[in-house]
This record gives sequence, structure tokens and C-alpha cells, in this order.
Amino acid sequence: MTTLDSSKEIQKNNSEVNEKHEDFRMFGLITFLIADGMTFAGFFAAYLTYKAVNPLPDGAIYELELPIPTLNTILLLVSSATFHKAGKALLKDKNSDSQKWLFFTAFLGIIFLICQLFEYFHLPFGLTDNLFASTFYALTGFHGLHVTLGTLMILIIAWQSRINGGRLTSQNMFPLEAVELYWHFVDGIWVVLFIILYLL
Amino acid sequence: MTISIDPQKTNNESLQPKGWLRYFSFSLDHKVIGIQYLVCGFLFYLIGGTLASAIRIELASPMSDFMPRDVYNQVLTLHGTIMIFLWIVPVVNGAFGNYLIPFYVGARDMAFPRLNAVAFWLIPPSGLMLVASYFVEGAAQAGWTAYPPLSITTPQSGQIIWILSVLLLGGSSIFGGINFIATIIKLRRPGLKLMQLPMYCWAMLGTSLLVVLSTPVLAGTLILLSFDIIANTGFFNPVLGGNVVVYQHLFWFYSHPAVYIMVLPAFGLVSEILPVHARKPLFGYTTMVFSIMGIVVLGLVVWAHHMFTSGTPPWMRLFFTIATAFIAVPTGIKFFNWVATLWGGKISINSAMLFSCGFIINFVFGGITGVALAQVPFDIHVHDTYFVVAHFHYIVYGGTVFIIFSSIYHWFPKVTGKMLKEKLGILHFIITFIGFNLCFAPQHWLGLNGMPRRVAEYDPQFQFVNQISSLGALLMAISTIPFLINVFISVRNGKNAGDNPWNALTPEWLTSSPPPVENWEGEAPLVEEPYGYGKEISEQT
Repeated sequence: MTTLDSSKEIQKNNSEVNEKHEDFRMFGLITFLIADGMTFAGFFAAYLTYKAVNPLPDGAIYELELPIPTLNTILLLVSSATFHKAGKALLKDKNSDSQKWLFFTAFLGIIFLICQLFEYFHLPFGLTDNLFASTFYALTGFHGLHVTLGTLMILIIAWQSRINGGRLTSQNMFPLEAVELYWHFVDGIWVVLFIILYLL
Repeated sequence: MTISIDPQKTNNESLQPKGWLRYFSFSLDHKVIGIQYLVCGFLFYLIGGTLASAIRIELASPMSDFMPRDVYNQVLTLHGTIMIFLWIVPVVNGAFGNYLIPFYVGARDMAFPRLNAVAFWLIPPSGLMLVASYFVEGAAQAGWTAYPPLSITTPQSGQIIWILSVLLLGGSSIFGGINFIATIIKLRRPGLKLMQLPMYCWAMLGTSLLVVLSTPVLAGTLILLSFDIIANTGFFNPVLGGNVVVYQHLFWFYSHPAVYIMVLPAFGLVSEILPVHARKPLFGYTTMVFSIMGIVVLGLVVWAHHMFTSGTPPWMRLFFTIATAFIAVPTGIKFFNWVATLWGGKISINSAMLFSCGFIINFVFGGITGVALAQVPFDIHVHDTYFVVAHFHYIVYGGTVFIIFSSIYHWFPKVTGKMLKEKLGILHFIITFIGFNLCFAPQHWLGLNGMPRRVAEYDPQFQFVNQISSLGALLMAISTIPFLINVFISVRNGKNAGDNPWNALTPEWLTSSPPPVENWEGEAPLVEEPYGYGKEISEQT
């Protein structure tokens, strides 16, 4: 069996086309996010169906308090903006600025999670109380899992953007762009979740 | 932005084991991964086939005398799950897709080789887990559909292992789908247009779209189901205010497209095989492409035809009946295109061709019963009877498995450089074809007369027909023997195949057999007419 690396002749024959190609990692990530979005779509569909065909008994209906989720919405929207700032800074080779913005974004993510937990502890219903409660925790919990993973990834790329020896530079933007896209996606899902779960 | 590909880095060749050992390694070579999928899938096919034989032995007599009823339920659950998630889906997508797609788009590997290897290596552990669940207070008993409340009330450990295993397999399937979409759309050789791709690429593109759009919904549903089992929530438990029909909707939103995930790649493969052995261009290339995409779109909006007896409201029945009947249009176009491809061709009767023709015959039969099942009045009559079992097996066994065998006969010379023995191949086809039809054709009659499926015992009046069916199953089990002998003999002592034994024009035949690690010595060829048979071959190159 002929192997490429052992044969310089063949390598020389390879045209430019075969050795370089467009970066399609982002394309793959977008495809993955579409798939991930479909999981949420399934959850939302289940929730809306329950709401339409399985009404809760009178005593079990509970109006959700809005202040904390509204604060959370603002936190996530701001964090999307700060993430964008981090990308802009990195593009201009201002690595330390970029790192600051990234840490700030992660900080907002952590605050979001703390607020979410605070809300969980002060809700008058538990996971198994009724159908609404179960769906509420499943949806917000699944989203919270995404925020947790996103925050961890932001912390990792913030570490990678350190000035000496960091992998993340204006020449290697992909990790930042990928996590940014994921973060915007999680953010967008929250807005939909906020509207469907709290406002409807 | 461009990335330079260093062959040493992408394939880590110096670190990869050589020879047989590489099939047991975390290889990044798409050809090795394709064979891993195929062999792993075939081993699970043997397990699933053994379970099927056990079912048919049990059903040879009206009483449950061969195994207890709960063991029967476990056996049929494992049979369904293994055959669908570990044999057909991985083989018809993963095995042939990984092996062929990079050749067809003129690439040296898949778009994401590491993701590809991860996708494969998720399969053996989850499969073993599923098989091993039999030894933990019994495997899952709720059928491959795992309908609640049955799946909530049967012994829990088996069901939880089943869910975990299917989640891993779903993940593997999604990773594979992402990889195929990126490879087909983004990794095409410069100058190769979409409408010049071999038909299998289109089939895999459509399949992968279905995988990416529908598999995550199944994953979400199974997570909710596992909450119901472990945490005592009530999503699908009517006692706690839940709704079982929601599970059915979410489940079939994946599992109806799953039928197309199993059969669309087979459509693609048969479209590759027929033109080669009939020496004619594929008839109606453009209509084929549009009908694949039509099936993808329609396939996503027909799921509730599995639920006509679940209290479905009349408007929903009407919509899903009409949508389902519409699928017959693109499928019929494809059927007529294959027949027209054969028409007037210079047909060679060999094993690959015989299995493909067997596919066409079985599939049109399964398709017709499919249209019948889409009609509400008829469906209500035969719902959950052996008619459904017969229809389903005509599609997935008579359709897809026939094509898997046809493809093995067709591409074996490429993969190994050796020919399979024709006589054994034809013997394999004859026993399979007779056995298959003997096994499943009588089940239509059983279903129409009201024999329910998934029950170990039945009315004694059905015994004779069931015994005919079991005899067919026995023949199907025997048919594996000539196939295995053939493969084992040919892989060592087969006649040398040469690079292109079929004189085919698709790109994989334009390299050596077996192909070199990076697929081509030099630049990938530009194949503008993959089906240009009947013209001078010199025009092609």
C-alpha cells in the first residue's frame, strides 16, 4: 500500500486544491446547533401541547414571578454583547482586552446560573408536583446545562487568550468564534424559553 | 481562511497500526471506519437474526412453550432495537457512506475524520450494553417503540439501559449526519457540480438532513422518558396527569423519518449498482434528485399515520393520510426510473444484480401495502397486527437488507481486491429470496385475519400459516451460511479483481483495489458523467 508521506513524488503531484481547503468547522458547528435546536423544539412542542390539552387542576395553577427571569434575560443579552466585544478586541490584537471581556462574559454566565438556582429554591413547587412543574424544570434545567457548558468553554478560551503562549490569537480566531456562536444560540433559546414559559 | 492539510497530521499514518490491527484501532481513515461499521453491524445482524429465529421458533406453536412470555417480549424488543439501530442504520449510512462518499466527492477523507471515528466507536459499547441488559433483571420489554405507560411499568433497569444505549446510538448517528452534510456540501472537488454527483451522495445528503433534524427530538423524548422512570415525573404517565400521546408524537417525529433514514441510502446504492450491471445511464437523474428531496420534506410531516388509533382527531387523520399518500409519488418515480434503467440494458445476471432486482420486487410490494396502511379505515382494521409486521419487513429487509447484500457483492472487489464467488452468491440470493417471501408474505394474511403482533401466544387456527412463516425464517437463517463461506474463502483465495472488474465509471473504481490510504495517487479525477455508459469510455477520461 502506498503511503503519501513516504512518497515525495506524489505529494508534489498534489495540486494546491487537494492540500488546502476552506475552513468548514463553522459549517459543522452550525449543523450541530440546528440539531441541538431541534431538541429544544421537541421540548417546547411537548410543553405547548401539555398546556393545550392537559390543563392543571385549579389549585395547582401558579403564576411565575417575573423579576428574576427578566434579570436573567438582561444578563444573557448583555453577555452576548460583551462576547462580541471580546471578538472585536482580539481581531485588533488587543489580547488582554479580549481576555477581560471574556472573563466578564463568563462572570455574567455564572450570575445567570446563580439567579436560576435562587429561583429554583424559592419556587413553591418541586420536580414531581405536576406536569407544569416537571416541564418547567426540564426546560430550564436543559437550558441551564447549556449555559453551564458555555460558561466553562468561555473560561477555557479566556485562558487560551493569555498573552504569552496562548493559542487564541487574531490568526486563530476559530475557538472564540465557535464558542461565541454557541453562546448566541444559547442566548436565543433563552429568549424563546422566556417568552413561552414565563410570558405566555 | 484556509487550512493546510498535512497528510501526516490528518491521518497520523506513522502512528496507525497496519494490516488487520487497524480495524481495531481509533483509525481516522474513512475506508477503515466504513469497514468497521460494516463488520460491527454484521455481527449485530447475526445476534438480531438469532433473536428473530427464536421468535419464529416460539411462534411455530400457538402456546408459549419455547420461552416464557416476558422473555419473548425481551427478545422481540432486542431484535427490533438491534436490527434498526445497530445493523441497518449504521451499515446503510455509516458503512457505505463512509467508504464511498469521499470517493464520490473527490476528497481524501471525510470532513471531520476525528468526529467520524468517535461516531463509530460509540456503537460497539452501546450495542454490548444493550445485549448485556438481558442479564440485569431482564432486558427492556416495551418493544423498539418503548411506548409508555408500558415502558414505565415494566422492570426498570433494562429499560434504562435501553434508553442510554439508544441515546448513544442517536448521538453517533447525529455526528455521522453532520459529517456527511459537511463532506458533500463543502468538500467537493473543485469543478464538480452538485448535479454531477453520483446518486448515493444525494441520498446521503437527504438522509443526513433527516438525521440532523429528527434524531435530536428522539433524544429529548427519551430523556423525558428516563425522568419518568427514574425521578417519578409524570410527562407520559397518565396516573400523574401526563399524556402518553405526546410521547407517541415525539417518538414518531423521529421514527417515521427513521424509516427513510434506513431506506433512502438503499435507494442511492441501488441507483449506483443498476447502471453498472445494465450498462446504461441512470434513467431520470434530475427526477431522482428531486424525488429524494421530496421524500425528505414529506417524510418529516407524515409521522401521525402511525397513530391513527391513538385518539387522533379527524382533521389530523385526513392531513396525515393525504401527506402519506403523496409520498407514493416520488417513490413511484424512483421505482419507474430503476425499471427504465434496466429496460433495454445489457444486463449481466450476477449476485449484485440479482439482489438489486430482488429489492425492486420486494420494495414495490412493501410500498403498495404502505399506501394501503396510510388509509385510515384500512389502518384501523389492521393496526398492531401481523400485516404491519409484514409491511415493515418488506421495506427494511426486502428493501434495505437486500441492497446491503447487493452492495457487498458490488463493492467487495474494490475493498479487498478479490472477487466473491458467483455461484455461492447466486445460491445466497435464491435461498434469501425464497426464505424471505415465504416468511413474510403469509404474515399479510395473518394480519388481515386479525393475528396481533408482539404476543407470544395466538389462536390455534393460525398455526399452519405461522409454521410456513417459520420455515421461511429457517431458510433465511440458512442463507447466511453460503454468504459467510463465500466471504471467508474469497477474502483469502478469491480471484484477483483488478482495479475495475465491472468497468464502472463512478470515481471509486478509478483508483486501485484496495485503494491507497489517501484514495488516489495524485489528484482526484473529475468525473462529470458518473453514469455515461453506452458511450466511448475514452470520452470519459
